[in-house]
Amino acid sequence: MRILFKTNYKQDLNLAKHGGHRFWYGLLILVLFAAPLILGGYYIGEATRILIYAMAGLGLMVLTGFTGQVSLGHAAFLAIGAYTNAWFLAQGFSSFVALPMAALLSMIGGLLVAIPAARMSGIYLAIATLAFAIIVEDFAGHLNSITGGNRGMMVDVPTLFGYQIWESWELYLFVLSILVVATLAVLNILRSPLGRAMIAVRDSEVSSQALGVNPMKIKVFAFTVSAAITGLAGAFLAHYMSFLTPQIFGILLSIQLLLMIVLGGLGTVHGVFFGAVLIGVLETGISIAKDTLPSSIGGLPGIEPFVFGVILISVIVFEPTGIYGRWIKIRSYMEFFPIYRRKSFKRQRTYLKTERLR
Amino acid sequence: MNEFLQLLIVGISQGCIYGLMALGFVMIYKATEMINFAQGDMMMLGSFVAWTLIMDLGIPFWLGVPATLIIMASFGALVDILIVRRVIGQPQFAVIILTLGLGIIFRAAAGMIWGQVPLTIDSPISGSSSFYGIVIGNERLVIIAVTAVLIAILWAYFRYSKWGIAMKAASQNQLAAYYSGIPVRVIISAVWAVAAAISALAGILLAPITLIEPMNGLLGIKAFAAAVIGGFGSMPGAILGGLIVGIIEPFAAAYVPAVKGSLIYVVMLIVLALRPQGLFAQIHKKKL
Repeated sequence: MRILFKTNYKQDLNLAKHGGHRFWYGLLILVLFAAPLILGGYYIGEATRILIYAMAGLGLMVLTGFTGQVSLGHAAFLAIGAYTNAWFLAQGFSSFVALPMAALLSMIGGLLVAIPAARMSGIYLAIATLAFAIIVEDFAGHLNSITGGNRGMMVDVPTLFGYQIWESWELYLFVLSILVVATLAVLNILRSPLGRAMIAVRDSEVSSQALGVNPMKIKVFAFTVSAAITGLAGAFLAHYMSFLTPQIFGILLSIQLLLMIVLGGLGTVHGVFFGAVLIGVLETGISIAKDTLPSSIGGLPGIEPFVFGVILISVIVFEPTGIYGRWIKIRSYMEFFPIYRRKSFKRQRTYLKTERLR
Repeated sequence: MNEFLQLLIVGISQGCIYGLMALGFVMIYKATEMINFAQGDMMMLGSFVAWTLIMDLGIPFWLGVPATLIIMASFGALVDILIVRRVIGQPQFAVIILTLGLGIIFRAAAGMIWGQVPLTIDSPISGSSSFYGIVIGNERLVIIAVTAVLIAILWAYFRYSKWGIAMKAASQNQLAAYYSGIPVRVIISAVWAVAAAISALAGILLAPITLIEPMNGLLGIKAFAAAVIGGFGSMPGAILGGLIVGIIEPFAAAYVPAVKGSLIYVVMLIVLALRPQGLFAQIHKKKL
């Protein structure tokens, strides 16, 4: 068990709490950057997909995990980012223009949703964002001149300083470096007064108001940041897919994003990455398992969503804190070995919490 | 003018289906403050069960329909007892995600059991009636009639029957209802049963108009919009919202086809922006 000796209040603000953090996270980043040396093209492609999921999940986590606003429509921001990026590249701009424009336009989209959405809460918010996503998907199908409509559009490869990124490992490194920057940005927001205010709004709107936080402003801020990060993820998704149709950005994608952060552990940055890895590995794992299983089971149509649904429900019922929550429990079991008590993680239920009064 | 009337009646009959499904949402929401995102999929399951009973096993139509309702009612109660009851007291998003997951499972299971090929039920009602120069399929008239009768039954049920009043009490204040000797747990399971039966009925009514396929479950989202327009938590509002959504759809398809997929959601967003509580408000500001 590690005992931290604190000599300064500023220590509580540090991103890395002790040398162990610095060492292990540094090692993780090094290994990730060195991965193309070891892994083959197929696995690098899968890893790129996981990283893109993680980036989109990071965006949703800012909104849902830290500000407590459930969004069922984040696929819309992915779509805006993807199409903006593809359009600007098609006009001959480099990724230096296309990527920021993708983030900026989804940010504007986020702002448009946020202004009415900040007044809503709970289910009404979930439904409003769901409706927004359906409208965006419908729009993408009709704007033939920009999105190619339902026939779809090709996406050009990203270009940096006139250099075209063709190889999959190049795209992987590009996504990874942007993801590292985005994660650091989110971590820094979270330790700033704005981030603390977001968490306060999530835990209790009334108490945060009493402490001088304006929940409207915080929610709008969270929406825009969240939309910008998700838009960036969308831009990379466009490159990963290399062909865009509006159907990609349906409700199921939004649900999958939400599923990801819940499985990983809501309200933690770790959870985003755990969830993204789990979803990515599951998708590959199921398709591999389908080949090995007898065709009477593996050949059934719809076995993938079925397995997803079962896992989702089991997590919600048995471990609502997700993988990260389970990890925290295992870790503290190790740390306090002989004296670990199950009760210390007992969930509190709030039976009298009602939405009709607020 | 005739075209207008024609579209109106088609819209009303479609709206009745949405209204019935929205009614299921609202009943569960009122009783437990949970939103059942799997409602549309329960409707889809209901129509598949009816298909199995009537077309596959050869049970007569008029026997098959009540049998379907009973099966789906028990199914709804089982879903509550086995799964949904466990998340009571957890935050709202947990419930949203749980029912979304249930919906995914139902849809996938239906695809596995009944396949992706659309099915039809031979309904005893066929043909069409014409009056004042408009021609309407009989099954659409049946939908409107059945919905009207069902609303009357439900109204009487919640007004006069002991169980109905107990349900109303439990939905207003669970703790107080419990203190008055109402078995709240049983009541909540019963609400799930009734909601599942209502949506199964909607599925059977819809079957002659559209084909039966697993993707029908996604109609639940439209019913959802209907419930929101009416104000979640108001039963007359649910029917009204269903009618609004149902009427908007054919008119949009006829006059502005470009927006036919998204117009109802735009209307819903406008309603939410102007009145965040829906047309029939059920949420009140807490006084501190």
